[in-house]
Amino acid sequence: MIRRDYLFPLNGSLLAPGQPVLEIANLGLRFGGIHALDGAGLTVTQGAIHGVIGPNGAGKSSLLNCVSGLYRPQRGRITLHRRSDTVELVARKPHAIARLGVARTFQNIELFRHLTVLENLMLGRHTRMSLALVPALLWLGPARRQEIAQRALVEEVIDLLALQAVRHQPVSTLAYGFAKRVELGRALCMQPAILLLDEPMAGMNAEEKEDMARYILDVNELAGLTVVLIEHDMDVVMDISHRITVLDFGRLIADGTPDEVRNDPRVIEAYLGKDVA
Amino acid sequence: MRHLRHPGAPRERRPAVAAAGLTFPRRLGELAAAWPTAVALQEKRYGIWHPISWAEYAGHVRDFASGLATLGVRRGEVIGVLGDNRPEWLIAELAAQCLGAAVVGVYPTSVGDEISHILDLAEVRVVVAEDQEQVDKLLQLKHRLIRLERIIYYDPHGLEHYRDDLLARFAEVAAAGRRDAAARPDWLDGEIAAGGADDPAVICTTSGTTAQPKLALLSHRNLLAMADHLQQVDPLRAGQRYVSFLPLAWIGEQAFAVACGLAHRLTLAFPEDAATQRADLREIGPDVMFGPPRIWESLLSSVQVRIDDAGWLKRRVFGWAYRIGDAVAGCRARGATPAPPLAAAHRIAEAVGLRPVRDQLGLARIQRCYTGGAPLSPDVFRFFHAIGVNLKQLYGQTEICGIAVCHRDDDLRFHTVGTPIEGTELRIADDGEILLRSPSVFAGYLNNPEATAGAIDRDGWLHTGDAGYRDGDHLVVIDRRADVLTQPDGSRWSSAFIENKLKFSPYVEEAVAFAAERGVHAIVCLDPATAGAWAEHARLAYTTYADLAGTPEVGELIAEEIARANADLPGAIRVRRFVVLHKQLDPDDDEITRTRKVRRHVIARRYAQILTALAQGHDTVAVHTTVRYQDGSQAERTLTLPIRAPLDPEALATRPRRPVWSGRITG
Repeated sequence: MIRRDYLFPLNGSLLAPGQPVLEIANLGLRFGGIHALDGAGLTVTQGAIHGVIGPNGAGKSSLLNCVSGLYRPQRGRITLHRRSDTVELVARKPHAIARLGVARTFQNIELFRHLTVLENLMLGRHTRMSLALVPALLWLGPARRQEIAQRALVEEVIDLLALQAVRHQPVSTLAYGFAKRVELGRALCMQPAILLLDEPMAGMNAEEKEDMARYILDVNELAGLTVVLIEHDMDVVMDISHRITVLDFGRLIADGTPDEVRNDPRVIEAYLGKDVA
Repeated sequence: MRHLRHPGAPRERRPAVAAAGLTFPRRLGELAAAWPTAVALQEKRYGIWHPISWAEYAGHVRDFASGLATLGVRRGEVIGVLGDNRPEWLIAELAAQCLGAAVVGVYPTSVGDEISHILDLAEVRVVVAEDQEQVDKLLQLKHRLIRLERIIYYDPHGLEHYRDDLLARFAEVAAAGRRDAAARPDWLDGEIAAGGADDPAVICTTSGTTAQPKLALLSHRNLLAMADHLQQVDPLRAGQRYVSFLPLAWIGEQAFAVACGLAHRLTLAFPEDAATQRADLREIGPDVMFGPPRIWESLLSSVQVRIDDAGWLKRRVFGWAYRIGDAVAGCRARGATPAPPLAAAHRIAEAVGLRPVRDQLGLARIQRCYTGGAPLSPDVFRFFHAIGVNLKQLYGQTEICGIAVCHRDDDLRFHTVGTPIEGTELRIADDGEILLRSPSVFAGYLNNPEATAGAIDRDGWLHTGDAGYRDGDHLVVIDRRADVLTQPDGSRWSSAFIENKLKFSPYVEEAVAFAAERGVHAIVCLDPATAGAWAEHARLAYTTYADLAGTPEVGELIAEEIARANADLPGAIRVRRFVVLHKQLDPDDDEITRTRKVRRHVIARRYAQILTALAQGHDTVAVHTTVRYQDGSQAERTLTLPIRAPLDPEALATRPRRPVWSGRITG
């Protein structure tokens, strides 16, 4: 019979749900005289969708860039918990952090535009491939078997995100919503321990946002992945997050469930101005 | 070079399948014994076509049949199936039939009352559902479906945490069946042997353009007799490929995929996803294909749009090849042989212009293809014949297993539906109604004796409810009697005739024509794909469908398209005024059936204000719509739709002629 379940777990973390997987404490990042982050911190637990919100310039993307190693914070700790040990991420190179299982997407789509969807997703597997040059060039047994095994996983990601129809299309020809989904797919192909999404719904219309929210929920519920979601659109975040951290001017101003955060006077003030609060 | 049309091979007469009194499960057993390793089904999954051989297919059916028996499914019962086309659909169907039960399919896009109406009427206890989406729909209806005992699902994604007692996994039911069968190995064979050819096999919903769907009981003999009779007209060869992408709840798909598939050992292919159908069709390159007019219309639209986009050279080459192809098709339709110079030109045209287009459409290997379910525009027919696709009209209805009348290879007349297939008698009643009689006429509507008495008379004639007349030995159908427009001058026209002319435009998805005091008024729906692409080319910004439909540029485009269609219509039935509707017709709003047939009375009622405004000569009409959001809240919105007239013929003559490849310009 044709198999309908997925063979490959996309969740690369072995922690039990509810355990802390990523801890950020007292993070400070300065560009010249500007404090992008000033003592921000949060704890992401395994299996959660953790939203990070805040007005423009609150330091949301800076926070993500610190975690994925693109920025190097001047102070603070970023700790990734694994089953047997913990790893400090500050001062590691981005590729090393990716190899530890921290996957991310970007606010502006960062895909190889001239490659097909499938090729872009296969690239998400490169951290898991051995790269012996000669067998790969000659398409010898081991290279071939490896490629086929990796493709099997990639195909399950294609199925999960319903990308079948565009599998062989170059990314440059895709609609925006599809391209965003491909980026999500490439991150999933890494079988990450934690998935960081930087404004996955920026620039989308209501329908595309709804689609994207559906896929993020699928990734969380079906594949069991922990998701950190940075988003400008409050409504979407409130709808799908289990826990929310609010930043303003690089500082933590609230942290809690969507309901707690929604009624927090400091959050209302940050978003709407002082008079309203 | 492969010659696709009119193969002219001697007709092989093969022993009648139905005459042997077979049932589908017994036929499957025969095929599994004779051709254990040949491919019966294939499904694209995870990017690869996965084959299932006849022996495996039969094995799955036996397992699942035993599994259904452990759940208490008994002879005479009906099980429901709710899902897209997948091997499990057919396995569930054949498994139920092994036990002497019948299957009723529900369209996978159906919601709420449509589902409960069918399941209730058929007293269904066990439903096989595809995935989370379908399971959710059924669980929501749980309190209304008091007989429902089991929902068996086969795609487990998202259902891992469901704890409802009704739910069972397909694979687990099959495994339980396998264990049970091991304890009593001969029991199932006894059940299969006990099944008779006259047992109900499939229950199909009638299309219901005029009322709630009724459930028609079709027996194994009905369906196999139809498959057999069609074979006498157009022999299908064992192993030919068929892509199953139309709903299996529909009689047309049951007739081809299941009845013809089993009778003639076709290999069925199931597409990966609804969005990949076109690509999968091309990968498989089916030998046999059957689709309602909208499939052929959309294939034609895709050619029209791509040719429009192509460079000058390609357009010229295709234009030339098309003219040659059309001339040859004209000869063939008359039963004549093209003169040698034309035949020679045709060979070149095939190579440079026609075969590549067929290949793009996935029709490179097509041997037999049909349209049915609704009238197809002669222009569309002519196009397919010109590019070398031997498209034929079928006529029938659910109550006669879908196929009763068919075109013959050397006797094609585009305005007719052909002549009755073997074993089928045709009579026109005094009031013009088409009557049919054959071994494929159904046993009756389930739990509805009054309707049955109205459909079949004492002599076994099926009253189709369609009007028609004979043209020589051919049958001409003039649509449902209610759909006939009578003009003030007394001339009578089928609205479908006018609508088909309008729908020939690649930008028009649906058109509904209504008789007016002078001429005809029309409500037009855009094809969002082609009209959207046109708008992009024209550098026209738009957000939603309603926005696109409301732009003046699109209005002018449609005015031009309708003017071209008018040029083909007699003066009395030209379209005088029209409205581009702000939305597509939607089966969820009851405006079209699940098989996409327009429900005219619903349109007339719902858009009465538009029709009134058209009749009264207003320039605009305000429509009030209720938008229902997913959270249940509603909002009232008022839109103003402009009422337009088609471009007048003088203005049309000054427009550069957009090349459209059809009988309309060459004829």
